[in-house]
Amino acid sequence: MEYEKQTEHKHHHVGYGTLILIWVALIALTSITVTIAGISLGSYTLFVALFIAAIKSSLVINIFMHIKFDEPIFKVFLIVSGFTLIVIFILTFSDFIYRG
Amino acid sequence: MANGAAAVAEKTFYEEGTSSRKGILGWLLSTDHKRIGLLYLGAVGSFFIVGVILGILMRLELIAPGKTIMEPQTYNAVFTLHGVIMIFLFIIPGIPAVFGNFFLPLQLGAKDVAFPRLNLLSWYIYIIGAILVLISLVLPGGPLDTGWTFYIPYSVRTGANVSLAIFAAFVLGFSSILTGLNFITTVHRMRAPGMGFFKMPLFVWATYATAWIQVIATPIIGITILLVILERVFGVGIFDPALGGDPILYQHLFWIYSHPAVYIMILPAMGVVSEIIPTFARRTIFGYKAIAISSLAIAFVGYLVWAHHMFVSGLSDTSAMIFSLLTFIVALPSGVKIFNWVATMYKGSIDPKPPFIWVMVFIFLFSIGGLTGLVLGSLATDVHLHDTYFVVAHFHYVMFGGTGTIFFAALFYWYPKMFGKMYSIKWANIAAALFFVAFNALYFPKFIMGYMGMPRRYYDYLPEFADLQLISTIGSWLMGITMIIIFWNLIHALLKGPKSKENPWGGVTLEWHTSSPPPLENFHVIPTVTHEPYDFSQLKEMKNYESD
Repeated sequence: MEYEKQTEHKHHHVGYGTLILIWVALIALTSITVTIAGISLGSYTLFVALFIAAIKSSLVINIFMHIKFDEPIFKVFLIVSGFTLIVIFILTFSDFIYRG
Repeated sequence: MANGAAAVAEKTFYEEGTSSRKGILGWLLSTDHKRIGLLYLGAVGSFFIVGVILGILMRLELIAPGKTIMEPQTYNAVFTLHGVIMIFLFIIPGIPAVFGNFFLPLQLGAKDVAFPRLNLLSWYIYIIGAILVLISLVLPGGPLDTGWTFYIPYSVRTGANVSLAIFAAFVLGFSSILTGLNFITTVHRMRAPGMGFFKMPLFVWATYATAWIQVIATPIIGITILLVILERVFGVGIFDPALGGDPILYQHLFWIYSHPAVYIMILPAMGVVSEIIPTFARRTIFGYKAIAISSLAIAFVGYLVWAHHMFVSGLSDTSAMIFSLLTFIVALPSGVKIFNWVATMYKGSIDPKPPFIWVMVFIFLFSIGGLTGLVLGSLATDVHLHDTYFVVAHFHYVMFGGTGTIFFAALFYWYPKMFGKMYSIKWANIAAALFFVAFNALYFPKFIMGYMGMPRRYYDYLPEFADLQLISTIGSWLMGITMIIIFWNLIHALLKGPKSKENPWGGVTLEWHTSSPPPLENFHVIPTVTHEPYDFSQLKEMKNYESD
C-alpha cells in the first residue's frame, strides 16, 4: 500500500510539458542520427550513432518508463543489464576491429 | 528452518484448484504454480520422449556405413529436429519451468509466484511455440535441415521451412523471458519472514541466477531470429558481405544468447545437486556462500565466453585469445561447486537413496563434460577438434550427463512431494546403474571418433569408425531401455504405488515443512524462517519426519 502511494505520488512529477519536451528531443535526436548517417565520419559513424542511441534510450528509460522516480533496486537491475550490454559490445568489437 | 508445522489434514492442490472448473479445464485454467509445474512436466516429458526416439533413429542409421534406414536429407532433418526439441523444448525449460515453478515458491515460503496469471501465459506460449515447430514439419518445403544452430548462409539459402521453425524458437523465447521475470520478482518480493538472501536454499539461488540470464540473454536470440527471417524474406544483406553485411555477426549474435543458454540449462541442475547432497549426507552444505555466489559468477562470466564456439570461423586472433582466457575463468566457479559438494559429503552420514545415486552419476559425467570443455576452449586443440564428434560427446556429457541426469535426480527427489506416492527404490537404482553404462557406451566412443577426425552431422563414415559407431548404437538401445524403466517406474508409482511418507528423505528446506502433496496455497500458516537452510538439527522439531 505504502509502495503504491509512493509511486502514485511520484507519477505526478512528470507533467505533460516534460513529456512533450522529451518527445521533441527524441525526434530531434532521430533527425541528427539520420543526418549524420549521410555524412562520412569513417570509423566514427558507428560510435556516434551508438552515442545518440544511448542518450535516447536513457531519456525513454528515465522519464517514460519512470525509472528515475522508482526504487533504487530497479536502477541496480538496469545498471547491471546496461553494463553487460557494454561488455558484450566491447568483446564483439575485439573481433571486428582486429580481424585480419 | 521454520516453525516446523506441517499442514496436515488439509485438501491437497490436486483436490482444490484456483479455478472453479473441474477436470481437465481445472488444470488448463489453473494459476497454481504447482499445477503449472506439472503441466510443464507433462509437455516437457512428452517432447523428451520424442527427442529420444529421434536420437535412437539417428544412431540406427549410423549402425553401419552407407544407407541403413533413411535418406541423407531425412537424416539432416532428424538430427536438426532432435537438437531443436531437446534444446528448446526439453533442456532449457526442463528444470526451471518444471521444478522451478513447483518448488521456488515452496522453498521461499510463498503462496505462489509473484504473477500467477503470467505464469500460466508462459505455459501457453511454450505450447504455441511447440505447435509451430510441429506445423513447420508438415508444410511444403519440408522440415528444418540446418542443425539447431541455424547458421547462415545455409539457413538463408535452404528451401526448408526455416522461417516458421525459427519463429517458433522466437515464440518459445517469450515463455522463457516471462518465467525468468516471474522468478526474479518472486525472489525479491515473496520471501517468507526471516528469509534473507543468504538463508535461501541453493536451488533458489541457482534459479534466480538463471532467471537473470533468461531475461537478459533471450531477447538477443529473438532479434537474431527476426534478422534471419528478414534476410530470407527481403534479402536485406545484414549477414551478406556482398551487400556490406557480416556473416560472422550472425554467429556472434547466435552465441551471445546460446552460450549463456547453456548456463540456463546447467545452473538450475547445479542448484538441485546442492539440495540433494546435504539431505542425503545429513550435513549442512560446505561453503554455502561460495556456492550461492558461484551461481551468480557462472551466470555473469558465462555471458562473456560465447565466441569460443567461433575459433575457426574467421574470428580475429586477439578476440580468440580473450575468449579462450575467459572460458578458462568460467571453469573456476564451476570447480568451486564441485569441490564444495564433495567436501559436503566428507564425514557425512551418507544414505545412498536413488536421488543421491543419480547425483553421483552426475558428478562423474559432468566432470568429464566440463574438463573436455577446456580441451575445446584451448585455441590449439580446438582447431583439431572443432566440428567433430568430440564436440558432440562433450556437449552430451554436459547437457545430458549434466542437466538430463539431474532432471531425473530431481524427479526422484521431489516425486514424493509432488505426487504423495513412492516409486520402487530398487528399480530407480537399477535405472541409475543402467543409465551410467548406457550413457558411456553411447557417448564415450564419440570422444575417440572425434579425436580421430570423424566430423559431426555426417550421414556416412569411413570403415575405420564402424566398430565405435556400432558400440555407440548399442549404447542408444540400452539408453532406450533405461528410459522405459524410468518412465514405467514413475507412472506405475503414480497409478499403483504406495503412499509416501510426508518427508521420506529427511529434507529440511521449507518445501519439506508442509504436507505431501502440498495444499493449494502451500502452507497452512506462512512459515517464519529461524534456521539456516541446511541445518539438520531442526529435523528433531519437524513433526512430519519419521526416521527409519
